[in-house]
Amino acid sequence: MTVYWLCFILFLVGLYGVITRRNLIKIAISLSVMEFSCFLFLALIGYTEGGVAPIVDTADPVKTYVDPLPQAMVLTAIVIGLATTAMLMAVIIRIYRKYGTFDIREIKNLRG
Amino acid sequence: MMNPLIPLFVAVPLAGAFLTIILGRFITAIPRYMALAVLLFLAFISFWSLVTGGDGSSVYTLGGWEPVEGVPIGLYLIHDGFSALLLCLISLVGLLSVTYSVSYMARYTSENYFYSLFCLMIAGMNGVVLSGDIFNIYVFLEISAISSYALVAFGVEKNELEATLKYQVLGVVASFMILFAIGFIYWSAKTLNIADIRTVFSADYDNSHYLLIQILLLTGFGLKAAIIPFHAWLPDAHSSAPSPISAMLSGVLIKAVGIYVIIRLFFNMFEVTEGMSIVITTLGALSMAVGVFLAIGQWDIKRLLAYHSISQMGYVVMSVGIGMILMARGIRSEVAALAITGGIFHMLNHAAFKGLLFLNAGAIEYSVGTRDLREMGGLAKGMPVTSATSLAASLSISGIPPFNGFFSKLIIIVAAVMGRFYFLALLAVIVSIITLASFMKFQRYAFYNVEPGKIRNDIKEVPVPMLLSMITLAVVCLLLSLLALPGLRETVLSPATDILMDQLKYSSQITGM
Repeated sequence: MTVYWLCFILFLVGLYGVITRRNLIKIAISLSVMEFSCFLFLALIGYTEGGVAPIVDTADPVKTYVDPLPQAMVLTAIVIGLATTAMLMAVIIRIYRKYGTFDIREIKNLRG
Repeated sequence: MMNPLIPLFVAVPLAGAFLTIILGRFITAIPRYMALAVLLFLAFISFWSLVTGGDGSSVYTLGGWEPVEGVPIGLYLIHDGFSALLLCLISLVGLLSVTYSVSYMARYTSENYFYSLFCLMIAGMNGVVLSGDIFNIYVFLEISAISSYALVAFGVEKNELEATLKYQVLGVVASFMILFAIGFIYWSAKTLNIADIRTVFSADYDNSHYLLIQILLLTGFGLKAAIIPFHAWLPDAHSSAPSPISAMLSGVLIKAVGIYVIIRLFFNMFEVTEGMSIVITTLGALSMAVGVFLAIGQWDIKRLLAYHSISQMGYVVMSVGIGMILMARGIRSEVAALAITGGIFHMLNHAAFKGLLFLNAGAIEYSVGTRDLREMGGLAKGMPVTSATSLAASLSISGIPPFNGFFSKLIIIVAAVMGRFYFLALLAVIVSIITLASFMKFQRYAFYNVEPGKIRNDIKEVPVPMLLSMITLAVVCLLLSLLALPGLRETVLSPATDILMDQLKYSSQITGM
């Protein structure tokens, strides 16, 4: 059970970083921390104590297998996470070129 | 019944997006016609499916993975009464936005990227609406979200980049909350198919087990739908995007990936409980009231329209919430059906008139070069078509008969009164009056108020493709009010209400197949 709590704490650490950091790069890193806590959680769900990879062996059928579906989900989610991070980084680099700063307090054209 | 066209809703725009970008490198005129052709095809098949679909669901299993011992494996695409309406909405507003973009986007560079991302966004939204599998919803949601982040930033100036940063950070946080919730759902149900999850959950249902999942999902999709405590990104993103994209975002995206999924999951996946319905109704009523008060002080046309989107979505959420409360109490199911019908009807209407208003705002920006209401005035003389169509849209959104907004608001208010939610009914009326006031301000400052010495004779009407889409949407605004008629209402709106109202129909139709 502890490992699930640690996973949830990692999610909250990421959320805390997104809320409190002022530097755009650090916000992006915090988002990645949140992302990886989700992946970790998905991978943990599929884990079975003493399980092996789910390749059915007819010679020795009484093995415990880990659940392969969450692993497939994690792979998909990692690809999506890569796309979001790349997109976010592209926007942050553009912002740095226009505003000349990574400080979120100085990026405040839009109000109201 | 099996509808063979279902996979085309996702496959055609996806293929269109990639072909556009490859062929666009060689021939510059191809992207726009390609996007037009894709959207025209989608509009055709979505209306055909709506007409022939009837009130049954049609299921397509990707890869032909048949259920094993009654447990669905593999990915399901499901076309039923509710998703059929959303598909029509997406392809209609999408088609008109592309027609509009043919002239509007000519002043931007790299048009082929624009049309490619546009098709990708359409593919994502169609996928979300059709998907019967909760992880698949997440995947398609991200496809549409990432392409909309890029489209909001399409101008790559200071404002656009700032808007897209806000949109992206909040959108990514929302996505992770959804992913976390999906993890919890898989943990407790060991399946991802929505219908199957329902079957698993309804055996020995205890809502307190699922409260965390429900809150995570409501927060995640609430952020995507910009319901009031989660609305901060919407006015920036929707006002900074190019106008046809604003029309798509406000008109369709927040409905398809936000409101639609909330409604679908809370009716067809969870059992409707009173506590959660009260939370949803409260959020809806809050968005309705706060959104309109934030809107009334705005001078930037597109910001004003964006805040009105929050307020009008509040009507939808509140109305559906009223239906949920009545269903949870198990009383007056005909009033609950009326409330849900009103909500869905208002969602369709909002797509038509808010899409039109954003296209009007784009036309004004195109001709006058500003979005500030204080710098306009007397445009009615130079831009008669824009003026007339925006008047139609303004009357629609403020609920003046015979336009569509009147009928859906009437249904919502009548349902609220019949369900004895007198305060909410009063609130809906007051918000509608303030909306009218705010749009009278828009009309007066933009089109009529001519200060002496400031008369501008150099204002010209916009090109034909832009006029064409604005006129079509104005006609759609008028035609949609026909859906309030008894005969049409039963054939178009009732299948959607039935699939939501009948608690077990959705899951039994899909798992029983």
